[in-house]
Amino acid sequence: MKFIDEYRDGEKARQVIEEIHRQAVAPMRLMEVCGTHTVSIARCGLRKVLPETVELISGPGCPVCVTGNRDLDRAIALTGIPDALVATFGDMMRVPGSASTLAMEKASGRDVRVVYSPLDGLKMAEEKPKRKIIFLGVGFETTAPTVAATVLEARKGGVKNFWVFSMHKTVPLALKTLLDLGEIKLDGFLLPGHVSAIIGSHPYEFLAKEYGLACVISGFEPLDILQSILMLVRQGRSRSPRVEIQYRRGVNPEGNLRALQVMRQVFEPSDAEWRGLGIIPGTGLTFRRDLAEFDACGNFELTVPPAQENRACRCGDVLRGLIRPQECPLYAGACAPKNPVGPCMVSSEGSCAAAYKYDS
Amino acid sequence: MIHEAGSTVYSEKDKILLAHGSGGELSHELVASLFVKAFANPILDPLNDMAVLRVGENRLAFTTDCYVVTPVFFPGGDIGKLAVCGTVNDLAMGGATPLFLSAGFIIEEGFPLSSLEKIVFAMQKTAAEAGVKIVTGDTKVVNRGAADQIFINTAGIGIIPPGVEILGRNAKAGDLVLLSGSIGDHGVAILSSREGLEFSTTLMSDCAPLNELVAVMLRASPRIHCLRDPTRGGLSSALNELARQSGVGVWVEEDRIPIKEEVRGACELLGIDPLILANEGKLVAIAAEDAAEKILKRMQAHPLGKDAAIIGEVREEPKAKVVLRTQIGSTRIMDMMVGEQLPRIC
Repeated sequence: MKFIDEYRDGEKARQVIEEIHRQAVAPMRLMEVCGTHTVSIARCGLRKVLPETVELISGPGCPVCVTGNRDLDRAIALTGIPDALVATFGDMMRVPGSASTLAMEKASGRDVRVVYSPLDGLKMAEEKPKRKIIFLGVGFETTAPTVAATVLEARKGGVKNFWVFSMHKTVPLALKTLLDLGEIKLDGFLLPGHVSAIIGSHPYEFLAKEYGLACVISGFEPLDILQSILMLVRQGRSRSPRVEIQYRRGVNPEGNLRALQVMRQVFEPSDAEWRGLGIIPGTGLTFRRDLAEFDACGNFELTVPPAQENRACRCGDVLRGLIRPQECPLYAGACAPKNPVGPCMVSSEGSCAAAYKYDS
Repeated sequence: MIHEAGSTVYSEKDKILLAHGSGGELSHELVASLFVKAFANPILDPLNDMAVLRVGENRLAFTTDCYVVTPVFFPGGDIGKLAVCGTVNDLAMGGATPLFLSAGFIIEEGFPLSSLEKIVFAMQKTAAEAGVKIVTGDTKVVNRGAADQIFINTAGIGIIPPGVEILGRNAKAGDLVLLSGSIGDHGVAILSSREGLEFSTTLMSDCAPLNELVAVMLRASPRIHCLRDPTRGGLSSALNELARQSGVGVWVEEDRIPIKEEVRGACELLGIDPLILANEGKLVAIAAEDAAEKILKRMQAHPLGKDAAIIGEVREEPKAKVVLRTQIGSTRIMDMMVGEQLPRIC
């Protein structure tokens, strides 16, 4: 298949792996920010072919995983509104909130449906005018523009029974927060290709300039990631930290201006609560006032008890890169994909799920 | 709910989730912790696709399956064709010659009779192709909303020829793993015809009776140790079941698994792993090393096995696990699916 097979080519991969082994003389700790990278790395067994000097650490890049329990509880509570039909990406179904999951609510009779696009939710609203269709907006800059475009479409069509619960988050400031916590020492970032296709490379410049970190925006196929690691190793070796783009077929430095414009037309920055990182100002996306009629938050009264956290769950530490999934005391015992305690074990992009599925 | 030991496992809070019916980890757990525990007997316990019954000198194969696929009509087939193929294939996976089927229908009030007619004719046509007769049945109609259009149950009986010994626990180190063709066609065909999923494909379900292919393979060599059709849970679940039942390690080469370009494309688009997508006309065989090549040649000469390939081998270790050698030359575990990926694909 075009654009995919050539990035899975075994022989080319071997050459890049050999070059990484030659170049990676000094130890480097690299964080892959994106959950899709985490899964791709685990799925092709990439860690096993790297030299000992190159350490890959998973970061806070799975949007479902970084969603806090307070938001999860509210999303789950939305299913209880009379006539509600909650439309969500499949990944959210089994993520445990304080006391329940969307899948459990569905099993007890509430209407929760899995969709692949927010537009599918809007279509349901048009087809079922007596139902209240509430779309759960979870994702980073990759997802937010599509959701925003759907909201604009709903306004254009005069749709009155469609709402979005926006739990969207933006990435760059979260990386700054992670670094400012000072808990983890990194030499570079493998930056997310899809998010960067929207925001471009400029929002990451501070990582190289202020923090002296090597940065490469990477694609998602095994060979993309290997090439990006080689670029990071070379930056480290020449001590010339900068933001490079490996994923040139998807990303240009300016980003996707049209998508950004649509996103900003609908949403404005707000505080957001990140699992593991706490509340980070300016990393949430909330509805602008003129579109508030589509905001599920403002339009439904929810009584949600204060969020409960399972103290033994260390998803927060996993998301900050402080521990590997296997170092969590619950891993593979009390917490496994069939009985997940934390979101990292259930989301298809979660570090714990990837480790359990591919490494164990 | 009283188990043999007299103790209950579940509390009132526990509910059936869709994932319990997905063919993945939760399905297996439910079967093991409830059904097998309650019904325990030596015929059920090996958990093959069919039960083996000894009647005098003969060995009969007996199986049953329910069909709840939605949509009822999909590219390449319908629920009726599926209900015959699925049960015929479960019998064939024990090396049995399928003979007789039963058919039970649960139909929702208001279901168009013309649709029922199409489904029934499709069942008859498929049964004739597979050389089986539908000899008994039952029909129930329920109130609108109490079932979704139509559900079908079929049970099947077949006879296992002398000398054939195909069981999930029979894989041995040194055996080779064969796959009869490309995977994921059925899963993607169903997905593409679902309401609310906006993509189109020319892909058809691979839904087909496999008993003739199995007969051809057995004529090539009787030294087939295991057969399994990778339906719900896909290739990944089928191989994991065999690895667990035989207590062996199954090693598979990623780049030898045939996957159609359309399936790969749809999987990339939707973020789905083709290894866990359902198939309804494919089989996995584990056969003695020196017989595998001959079996493969005969498979490739049959229309349902023309893309057959040897995709891996059986080793002693790691026990009860499937290892995938990836395209960059590394290895990883190929695990059984846990959640539900596509509800009601069969």
